[in-house]
Amino acid sequence: MTPIEKVEGRAIPFGLKNVDTDVIIPAHWLKTTTREGMGRGAFESLRADPDNLFDSPVFKGAPILIAGDNFGCGSSREHAAWALGDLGIRVVIAPSYSDIFSGNAVKNGILPVVLPQPAIDRLMEVAQTDPVHVDLDTQTVTTPFQDRFTFEIDPFRKMCLLEGLDEISLTEKSDAAIGAYEAQLDADRPWMRPAIA
Amino acid sequence: MTRPRTLYEKIWDAHVVEQRPDGTCLIFIDRHLVHEVTSPQAFAGLRASGRTVRRPDLTLAVPDHNVPTTARLDAAGNRLPIADRESAAQLAALEKNAPEYGIRYIDAVAPEQGIVHVVGPEQGFSLPGTTIVCGDSHTACHGGIGALAFGIGTSEVEHVLATQTLLLQPSKTMEVRVEGQVGPGVSAKDIILHITGTIGAAGGTGHVIEYTGSAIRALSIEGRLTVSNMAIEGGARAGLIAPDEVTFAYLKGRPYAPKGADWDDAVAYWKTLASDPAATYDKVVVIDAADIAPSVTWGTSPEDVVPITGVVPDPAAFADPSKQVAAAKSLAYMGLEPGTRMQDVPIENIFIGSCTNSRIEDLRAAAAVIKGRKKAANVRWAIVVPGSGLVKAQAEAEGLDRIFIDAGIEWREPGCSACLAMNPDKVPAGERCASTSNRNFVGRQGPGSRTHLVSPAMAAAAAVTGKLTDVRELMA
Repeated sequence: MTPIEKVEGRAIPFGLKNVDTDVIIPAHWLKTTTREGMGRGAFESLRADPDNLFDSPVFKGAPILIAGDNFGCGSSREHAAWALGDLGIRVVIAPSYSDIFSGNAVKNGILPVVLPQPAIDRLMEVAQTDPVHVDLDTQTVTTPFQDRFTFEIDPFRKMCLLEGLDEISLTEKSDAAIGAYEAQLDADRPWMRPAIA
Repeated sequence: MTRPRTLYEKIWDAHVVEQRPDGTCLIFIDRHLVHEVTSPQAFAGLRASGRTVRRPDLTLAVPDHNVPTTARLDAAGNRLPIADRESAAQLAALEKNAPEYGIRYIDAVAPEQGIVHVVGPEQGFSLPGTTIVCGDSHTACHGGIGALAFGIGTSEVEHVLATQTLLLQPSKTMEVRVEGQVGPGVSAKDIILHITGTIGAAGGTGHVIEYTGSAIRALSIEGRLTVSNMAIEGGARAGLIAPDEVTFAYLKGRPYAPKGADWDDAVAYWKTLASDPAATYDKVVVIDAADIAPSVTWGTSPEDVVPITGVVPDPAAFADPSKQVAAAKSLAYMGLEPGTRMQDVPIENIFIGSCTNSRIEDLRAAAAVIKGRKKAANVRWAIVVPGSGLVKAQAEAEGLDRIFIDAGIEWREPGCSACLAMNPDKVPAGERCASTSNRNFVGRQGPGSRTHLVSPAMAAAAAVTGKLTDVRELMA
């Protein structure tokens, strides 16, 4: 996973609420056995409109996406995060996210920034003409007009993003604890194992 | 005395392997369900890093998302080819990966094959008090038997395959209490549509919802699975319903469920799981069952719910400006005008199936409405897709298949089908579908498709009248 610390660039003023992962990447793009190339299917129904934001000369390849409440709701498909990453998006800024999507984003080096709606409204305005700067280390979003918004992020997620950590390697350090848990479970509740061996 | 705890807190506490200083916990996963669409990249990751599957015995793989629902065997019993090259490749990948890593695998032509969320409880693989994950957001379904079950992304699928754990932050708790008795023609699906309309699509974000109250207790396991299935449509990663005698009676004797003395020990343990009377929730919503009508969606978010007796809302009537914009976009997509009576909306397609509503009780409810009637002339396409091979066999033993076929409705093989249109079952652009599935998102049932979410009985009513219909008018 690519580490992330500072991202500066144009921010796509998308702004819609309840954007579901079917909209981010429709199901027919899920028939693949690799993670690559998902960007082609990203926001397919919206990009059918030739005047869409994502393909406009100004915003094509922009590293930041500004969205409304409950971004990434619906299906658990990680393909949504892969598709955003493949479009070049490293940061999403929204008032809230679905729980599954925000986890998937972090695991793919995409920072889900949570800011209240008034901040989103202001950033939507700035994004029309100017770049936005996101700094994960200081947990701030700033603009050339001296706007400065601070955001909260879970410390573990922050560390994973800053260091580009592979979570499985981290968990493997707990191998002994997992083994001990399994042994205790077998002793306490042996019926928990599926009855057919 | 220990602090009073909710059902969620009891299951969580019993699965903490390690707690980190920041509150993140390493949680043990008791059951992992795997299907063909969200697993290939996880197995590829394992292979690339030289890792193996830690607990294949706790993992069950079954193809469901893109299997065709037309005949899978020819007259001689040979497997028929799958026309779509990419679907075939995904199915082949699962068929190769499962045995290679020693994982139990139910293949596409096995009698037990079906939608993972139908198969898990049906096989007794899903049990109360367990943690269950699957690379599919409707894993929330298994909360209907009292399991903490939630959908995960593919990176997490790989993490669970490799370590049998997940790194998680505890969720907040939410109680949705439905008290009283529902009226005639009102099903579990109407209850959960009404709840979703009440709390909103983000109402449960960050929470696990426990459904309580007399109307929930009165539901069969099939009904409870339907309710918990759509917890995710209210933003909650998981739903829960406390296990009780109904749950135990449902699970007893199922293939993977405990047997003999183990069964008694299991039931004794499961009886300790219900939320303590003094336990509190971070959020509580109370609903009067008498307020719930047969329900239907008008827009492109599952929160867009009205009673069938209602009308298409006016976007300007919403208080939230962003909802006004979203509602206007939804209506344009759906081709609906504000003020139109829902019962005047014509329907060209009917889909009865999905992990929400494809169990035997659902098919019985639909057949009861269809019996002695015919599909309306303007209904172009109507299919019933049983949730599993075992549901299909049971329905056929009861003669339900004949009722559907005689009415001009197709009787198919099990799978996810037109719920998400990854297989050939799609609703054409611009056409409407009365669907028993869980999502009315833009393009969900095929590009340009227009979905109205309803119960099985309501879908059946629409099939015979050719428009959205109050099923109570067809009930004797």
